[in-house]
Amino acid sequence: MEIVVLVKQVPDTANVGADAMKEDGTVNRAALQTVFNPDDLNALELALDIKDKYGANVTAISMGPPKAVEVLKESLYRGADRVYLVSDVKFAGSDTLATSLILKHAIEASVKNYDLVLTGRQAIDGDTAQVGPQVAEKLGIPQLTFVTSVESVNKKTIRVSALTDEGSAILEAKMPLLMTVEGDVNVPRPPRVKRLLKYMNAVSEFQMEEDWLTDEEAKYIKEKGLKVKVLSFCDLNVDQNLIGLSGSPTRVKEIHSVVFKSIESRAYPATQDGVGSMMNELVSEHIIG
Amino acid sequence: MANFYDDNPDLLFHLDNADLDEVITLVEDNFTQNGTYDHAPRNIQEARQGYRAALKVAGEITGTRIAANAESVDEEGSHFDKGRVTYARGIREDLDLLLGADFGGITLPRRYGGLNFPTTVSTMIIEMISRADASLMNLIGLQDIGETINEFASEEIKSKYLPMFTSGKVTGAMILTEPDAGSDLQAVQARAVYNEKTGTWRLYGVKRFITNGCAEVSLVLARSEAGTKDGRGLSMFIIERDDTVQIRRIENKHGIHGSPTCELQFNGTPAQLVGKRKMGLIRYVMSLMNGARLAVSAQALGVAEAAYREGLKYAQERIQFGQPIIDFPAVYDMLTMMKTQIEAARALVYETCKYVDLKKEYTKLVAHDPTNQENKAKLKKYTSIAAMLTPMSKAYSTEMSNSVAYDAVQIHGGTGFMKEFPVERLSRDARITNIYEGTTQLQVVAAIGGIINGVLEDLLKEYDKKDYPVDLHELRESLTSIRSMLNKCISIFAEKKDAEFQNYYARNVVDMACDLFIGYRMLDFAVIDDRKKVVAKLFIEKAFDNALKLVEPVIKNRTTAIENRNLLLGL
Repeated sequence: MEIVVLVKQVPDTANVGADAMKEDGTVNRAALQTVFNPDDLNALELALDIKDKYGANVTAISMGPPKAVEVLKESLYRGADRVYLVSDVKFAGSDTLATSLILKHAIEASVKNYDLVLTGRQAIDGDTAQVGPQVAEKLGIPQLTFVTSVESVNKKTIRVSALTDEGSAILEAKMPLLMTVEGDVNVPRPPRVKRLLKYMNAVSEFQMEEDWLTDEEAKYIKEKGLKVKVLSFCDLNVDQNLIGLSGSPTRVKEIHSVVFKSIESRAYPATQDGVGSMMNELVSEHIIG
Repeated sequence: MANFYDDNPDLLFHLDNADLDEVITLVEDNFTQNGTYDHAPRNIQEARQGYRAALKVAGEITGTRIAANAESVDEEGSHFDKGRVTYARGIREDLDLLLGADFGGITLPRRYGGLNFPTTVSTMIIEMISRADASLMNLIGLQDIGETINEFASEEIKSKYLPMFTSGKVTGAMILTEPDAGSDLQAVQARAVYNEKTGTWRLYGVKRFITNGCAEVSLVLARSEAGTKDGRGLSMFIIERDDTVQIRRIENKHGIHGSPTCELQFNGTPAQLVGKRKMGLIRYVMSLMNGARLAVSAQALGVAEAAYREGLKYAQERIQFGQPIIDFPAVYDMLTMMKTQIEAARALVYETCKYVDLKKEYTKLVAHDPTNQENKAKLKKYTSIAAMLTPMSKAYSTEMSNSVAYDAVQIHGGTGFMKEFPVERLSRDARITNIYEGTTQLQVVAAIGGIINGVLEDLLKEYDKKDYPVDLHELRESLTSIRSMLNKCISIFAEKKDAEFQNYYARNVVDMACDLFIGYRMLDFAVIDDRKKVVAKLFIEKAFDNALKLVEPVIKNRTTAIENRNLLLGL
C-alpha cells in the first residue's frame, strides 16, 4: 500500500508580529518561527498507524521554500519512508488553487500507484482548508474530509470515522482516495532517536549545492541516502501560467492579529436552574440554537 | 506544556561543559561504528549534536506526556489480582512512548539494539523522566540490569536477552533483597540448586521488596554453594518469569506508586548462571548497585527539580500581607538554597558519570590488552574514583532531594499538605531515594575509605594546578580552608585509631568531602559563566560555615553519645 502525506511548514502563529505579511499580501515567512503544521502531524500519525497495522510505504511531500526540508526531516524521524521537497521560485506566491495543481503533479511524479493521500484538515497560517479537497479534484479521486480515525483497511476499500455537522459517521470509500485529517484526533508519536541520529544529517538537493558542503560530506550524504530529492518546475509537467502569483486568482488585502477579549462576564450557579438560565440566554442571543 | 530539556538550561550547561571527549571517543571505538550503523556518529561534534537532539526528544516526551500522566499514576497505583501485577494505565503508556522512541537501551551497545550513549546522557534522561514521574524511572532505570548482563554474562545470554530489553519486549528486575537480607546481602538464603544430570540450575526461596518483581526477565542473587554463610557463596542468575515464580503480594507504599514492589517465591525456577560462580555478590551485585545508585541520584535530582519549580511558582503566585511571598527573606532564602543545592548535586552527579564511563571503558581496554601498564594504572585510578564518587553522589543528591521537597512543601504552607498540589506527591516520592539501593548511612560507609585514603585528595590536586581569575581567589581560599578542616578530621581519625569514633563521625567527613568536591567543580563553572559565579559564591560560603560546624565536634572530641548510648536511650 502506498500512502502520500502532504505536510507543510508553517509560521508559528502563536507569535505573530507586525511584519508577518509582505506588501504583496503574502506571508513573510522570513519574519516568523516555523513549525510542522499541527493537523499535518496528525495526518502523518494516521499514515504511520496504518503502516504499523496493515503495512505501507509512507511518502511525505512538502511544498515550500528550501528550509521546508525541516518538516520532511521531522517526517523521516517519525517513520516516513521517503520524502520530497516541492520547491521552485516559480512556485512562489501560489494560492490554494495553484498550490493544489502543483501538488497534484508532484504526487503523480513521485508516487505512481498511490492508494491514499492524507493531509491535515487545514494549515494554521492560511486556515483555508482548501488545498486538500482541491488536490483530490485535480487528481480526479474521491475525498473524505474531517477524518478522525481509520476503522479498517481492505484491499480496495477503506472504512473511516469522520466528523459531520450532526456528529460523526462511519464512511467507506474505494481507494485511491484523499482524506483530510482533523486536528487533535490522535497523539503524534515522538521521533525515534535512531532515525533522528541518522537523518539529522539529511540535506535537500538545494543544500548539496552550498559552499559549506565538502566533497567528502557530499559523498557521505549520497552513500547513506540522506539526500532529499527536490521536485522543481522542470520536474513537473505543469503549465507555468497556472502557478505562482500570476496563476493565483486570490488576492490578500491585509491581515490582522485578532485578539479575543472578554468584555463582560456573567456567572451562573452550577445547578439545574443555573445551567437552564445560561442556555436560555445563549439561545435568545442566537449564540447557539 | 514544557520540554524538560529546553526549559532547563542547567542540563545543557552540564552537557556542553562536561569534559567528555575521551569518554565519547572510547565509547565510540574511535568512531569506527558508522560503517555498520547509520545512527553512529562520525566524530565528537556529531556525537554531541546527537545527544542534544535525543535529549530534546526525551525532554518533549517527559515534559508533556509523562508529566501529564503522573498524577493519575500516583492515584491509581499498581494492581495485584490473583498473583498477577498490572501497571497503572499511565505507566503502560509512558513505557510505550519511551521504548517507541528508542529509549530502551540508552547505554547498551548498538549490536544489541542500544543507543551506545555515555552515562552522562543516560543520567540526564533519567533525571528528566524522574522530574515527570519518579516511579516511572524505576522501570526504565532497570535497564541497569542490561548493563550488568552486558558486562558479565556470556555472549549467548547477551545476544538472547539484550535485544529483548532494547526493543522493549521485556522489562527487568534485580532480585536481591530478602526478609532477612536487606542492607546485609551476605545473609541471602534463596537457594540455587544444580542438577548434575541435566546441567541446569533451579531457584528456591523468598525475595522481598522487589521493584518490578513482575518483570519478564530478571537477575537473581542466590546461594549456589550449599552450607556457606557469607557473600562468597552467592552467585548471580538470570531467569524468565514462569509459573514457578509466585508473586505473593505487592506493597502498599508511601511514594513511587507507579512502580510495583513485589514479594516473590521461587519454586524450582529454571535459571542460568551469569558469569562465574561465587562472584554474584562480591563482583556483580556491587557493579549492579553502583549503576543503580547513580540512577537513583538522578531520580532524586529530577524530583528535586520538580519540587523546586512547584515551590517557586507558588511563592510567586501566593499573595500574603499584600505581596507575593517570594519577597519575604524567609521564603527566598529557602528557594535560593534549593536551586543552589540542585545545581550542586548536578555538579557532583554528572562528574561522577564521567568517571564511571572512564572506568567502564578502561576495563574493556585492559581486558583486550592486559599487558598495557598505562591503561592498567588508569583503570585502577578511575575505579577508585568512581567507587568513591558514586556513593557520595547518592548520599548528597538524595538527602538534597528530601530537603528540597521538604522546603517546597513548607513554602506551600497548609496547601502543600493537601493532595491537590503536586508537591505533596513529590515529597512522598523523594523519601525513598535516600533509603533504597543503600541508605545514606551505607553510602557513607562506602565513600569514607576513598576520602581517608587519599583518593579525594589526589583528585583535588588536579584543581591546584589551575589558574583562576582574581575575583575567584577568595572562594578558592575558602575551599582551601575547608580542605584543611577535612584533612584535620582525617588525621584525628588516624591518631585516635578508634573505629567507633571514626564511624560515628564518618558522616561529617563525607558531608564535607561532598561540599569540597562540588565547591571545586563550581569554581570551574564560575570561570565560564557569570551566573554560576554567584551560585558558586553562595554555595561555597554556606559550605565553609557548614564545615566549621562539622569539624568542631571531631576536634573537640565530643563522645557523649558514644559513651552514654544506653543511658541516653533509657536502656
